[in-house]
Parts: sequence; structure tokens; C-alpha cells
Amino acid sequence: MDIHQTRTWVRSIAAAMDQHKDHLTQLDSAIGDADHGVNMQRGFTAVVAALDGYEPAGVGDVLVKTGTTLISKVGGAAGPLYGTFFRATGKQLTGPVADAEQLAAALDAGLAGVQKLGAAVPGDKTMVDALTPALEAFGAAARAGEDEATAAEKAAEAAETGAKDTIPLQARKGRASYLGSRSTGHQDPGATSTALIFRTLAEVLKP
Amino acid sequence: MKKLINSPDTVLDDALAGVAAAHPTLKVDLEARIITRAGGPSVGKVALISGGGSGHEPLHGGFVGPGMLHAACPGEVFTSPVPDQMLAAAQAADGGAGVVFVVKNYTGDVLNFEMAAELAGEDGIEVATVLVDDDVAVKDSTWTAGRRGTGATVFVEKIAGALAEQGADLASVAEIGRRVNAASRSFAVALSPCTTPAAGKPGFELAEDEMEVGVGIHGEPGRSREKLEPAAAIVARSLDAIFADQPLAAGEETIVMVNGLGGTPLIELYVAYADVAKYFAERGVRIVRNLVGNYITSLEMAGASFTVCKADEQMLALWDAPVNTPALRWGA
Repeated sequence: MDIHQTRTWVRSIAAAMDQHKDHLTQLDSAIGDADHGVNMQRGFTAVVAALDGYEPAGVGDVLVKTGTTLISKVGGAAGPLYGTFFRATGKQLTGPVADAEQLAAALDAGLAGVQKLGAAVPGDKTMVDALTPALEAFGAAARAGEDEATAAEKAAEAAETGAKDTIPLQARKGRASYLGSRSTGHQDPGATSTALIFRTLAEVLKP
Repeated sequence: MKKLINSPDTVLDDALAGVAAAHPTLKVDLEARIITRAGGPSVGKVALISGGGSGHEPLHGGFVGPGMLHAACPGEVFTSPVPDQMLAAAQAADGGAGVVFVVKNYTGDVLNFEMAAELAGEDGIEVATVLVDDDVAVKDSTWTAGRRGTGATVFVEKIAGALAEQGADLASVAEIGRRVNAASRSFAVALSPCTTPAAGKPGFELAEDEMEVGVGIHGEPGRSREKLEPAAAIVARSLDAIFADQPLAAGEETIVMVNGLGGTPLIELYVAYADVAKYFAERGVRIVRNLVGNYITSLEMAGASFTVCKADEQMLALWDAPVNTPALRWGA
């Protein structure tokens, strides 16, 4: 993945959040406070504006800028958590290109940052339920010598499955946890936006 | 959606412009999105700073002024503010004795305030945090996000703000804030949902004869849905939950708030307060101070929250200390 593709990925995330805003908000109104779609769209719109005219030296710079902007603009839990994910991922990628293995290691650092901040583990009904299987799939593909496009496709599929698998879970973190057993039967909005982020990565890297 | 707004996208900016125009005692920085006292920092005194999503007015901006907050950081509607706002507030309000962040326990607020505390620390500003988590509708557990911060926030801001005004140090101001939180419990019942301007649709739907029990302040569903009851039964159900969590013996002194969630007229809050007073009288528990009105709202949600603080002498003396803010004013 080069700098241009990284920019395209982030712009595609913005487009995806725009397109899926209502769906994410609808998921959030069932078990949260009905603002996830709006917040993600507002945040990534700000990211696109921040990247305009920005001259990054490496792939990581684009992602660090993305994360910093999300932290400054989104608010809620999504701002710090996604912001930290992109910043921690970006900090690992200093070169003008990143191969599948470098990307896998960097994304793992992103997940570690998210878990350090939010303290969520798989099964809590959060973005971590999509992120963890996605990175496992990405890492396995990279270690098997697959290219990053293949790894990203596998990660996207795993993230989508992970998001769907949150439906029967009872939330133990975030605002949905206040609902207790009433949080079951609904797909987690954060896991869903994570799946969108990996779907766009797969599309951008598709040869 | 029918709202008195110009556009869903500009609600917060437009409202802040209104606050600025209405209250010359406040300084509203529209760029940094912070509300501070017009007089600037109080040199040598601890500054109390709070913030959170908008839509809970008068919380927090309406509580900025002598005897209460030094600064407030309003986020988007129902969305916590960002660390930049809290840092700007800390820089604007610090009088050299440090700042206390009063944080309602929601994941977003906690994460953003944590980041801000780190940034302020790097800036040489000493920060202490008081986490408010008084809502007994949420089962407390180390496996969840824990209880929500609701009505007790008003008590914490009033009482800790009064101690800060007297010149107490950072540790003492934070300590009384934590003590007030530990002594307070809340419970809320909604009769109708609310609609955020950005979503355009209510967070849940209630039939004409239904109520949502154990709600928070963000239009989210509560613990259960029940058939609508008379005020006395709603009060009993709410106070039962509060007393079960914190038993109060005859003769004990309390501060009680009957708070409207935004869409319930004052006459109904007084109907509820009569039942609250009766409930306390039957148990011999004394209400020595009270608030009846809209202090921490959830947009236009109909319903009420009930907050009970088991108060000691110091808390009561600080409660009575002068306060001069747009939404709470006495003795000043």
C-alpha cells in the first residue's frame, strides 16, 4: 500500500460513512444514543478536509493525521477509539509503502491501542469484535505469503462476520451496556463501522 | 421532527451564540467551543470544569459562575466534547491552583477527559477528576461501563464549586466532589422519547399508555417498559430503587432533586414532589434542601429524574453558600 492508496482508503471510508450514515445511526438508536452514523460521517468529512493539501512523507503520516483529526473532531467514544486506532497503526508505518506483513503488524498495534484505551475484549459487543477477527485473518494471510489485497479481502470478510456475530451478545462496554439483556438481538454499530473500514480497504487494494 | 431551530447542523453554534448574547457574565468562545466566566480565572483558586454532550441544558453551561463551575465544554448533542475543548477550558480557567474535571460516567466522556487530562498535565496544569456515577437503574459491575452520571452532577458541581470558591486546595475540592457522588443516587422514568436534531427521529417509541423505566439522559431505552402509572406510583418505584441501593434511616438529612427531563411541565414536577415529600415523611427521613425544576434535561423528553443525596453538615453548608450562575442563583 502506497501513500496514494492510503489517501484513497481514507477518502473511501468517508464516502462509505456518508452512504451508511443512516444505517449506523439506526443500529445505534436500538442500543445506544442514535449518533454513531452522524459522528463517523462528521469525523471523516473533517479528515478529508485535513488531508487536502497535506504532504505526507510516508503511509503512516496519512493515518496519524487521520487519527489526530478524529480525536479532535468526533467526540463520544468513537473519536478517541478510532482516532487511537489510526494513530497507533500509522506510527508503525514510516516508509512510503507498506507490504502485507508490515501492515499486519501496524494494524495489530492499532488494535492494542484501542484495547489499552477502551479495555474491551472480544465478546463485549464493541468494535473489538470486528477488529480482532479482521486482524487475525489479515495476519494469517500475510504470514502465508499472500499479498495485501488478498489479506484485506479476508480481513473484510472476517470483520463482517464478526459484526454479525455481535447480534446475540449482551453488551458489557459502552452505552449499550446500560441496557443489560435488552442489548441482545441487535448488531453493534461500532463493529459495523469497523467492518465498513475493512471493506473499503479491500476495495482500494483490489488489483 | 418539529423543532425551534434554523438547521440541524448549526444547533450547537446557534445556541452558544444565544448564550453569549443572553449572559454577559459568561464568556463564550465560539471557536474553541467553551463557556467560561467573563471575569477570567480566579488567581490562586481551584477551577471546576465540566462538559458533556449538549441537550442537557442548563447543564453544564448554565452552571458557570461564581460558586459553581469555572468553565463548561459543550459537545454536539448527546456526544461528548473533544479533548481540545477541555484543554482550552483548562488553560482559560486555571488560576494556578489546578483544575477539577467533573466527568459524568459515559465511555465517551471518560475517554475524552482522560486524553485532555494528559494534555493539560503536559502543559503544567494540575488536574484531578471526579467521576459521577449515580444512576441506580444501571446494574453496577466491573464487567460493564458502570453506572451513568446523571442528577448528582448538579449536586457535585454546586458543592465542590462552593468549596473551590472558598479557596480550598485541589485535593480537598476533588474529595468533596467524590464524597457527594458517593452519597447520591438517582433514578429516572420517561413518558415520551426525545429526538436529536441530527437523527430526526425519536430514539425509541412509546405507546400512549406506556412509560420507559430506568432511562438515562440520552434518549436511549431504559431497563424496562411498563404500563403508565399515576405520579405516586412512579415516585414510589423510583425512590424504592434509590432506597434499596442506599438505605436511609429515620432522622437522616438529605438533599432531594425532582428534575424534569425537558418535556414535563413544572406543575407535574410539583405533583411528583408532593409524593416524594410524603414518601420521605412516612419513613422519617428528612429533606432539608430541595430543587424542583429542569436542571439536567434530555432535550424534549417527558418524564422526571429523582436524585437523593445523604448530606452531612459540610455538604449542607456548602450547598447554602452563595452561587451566581444563569441556572442556579442564591445568596449572591
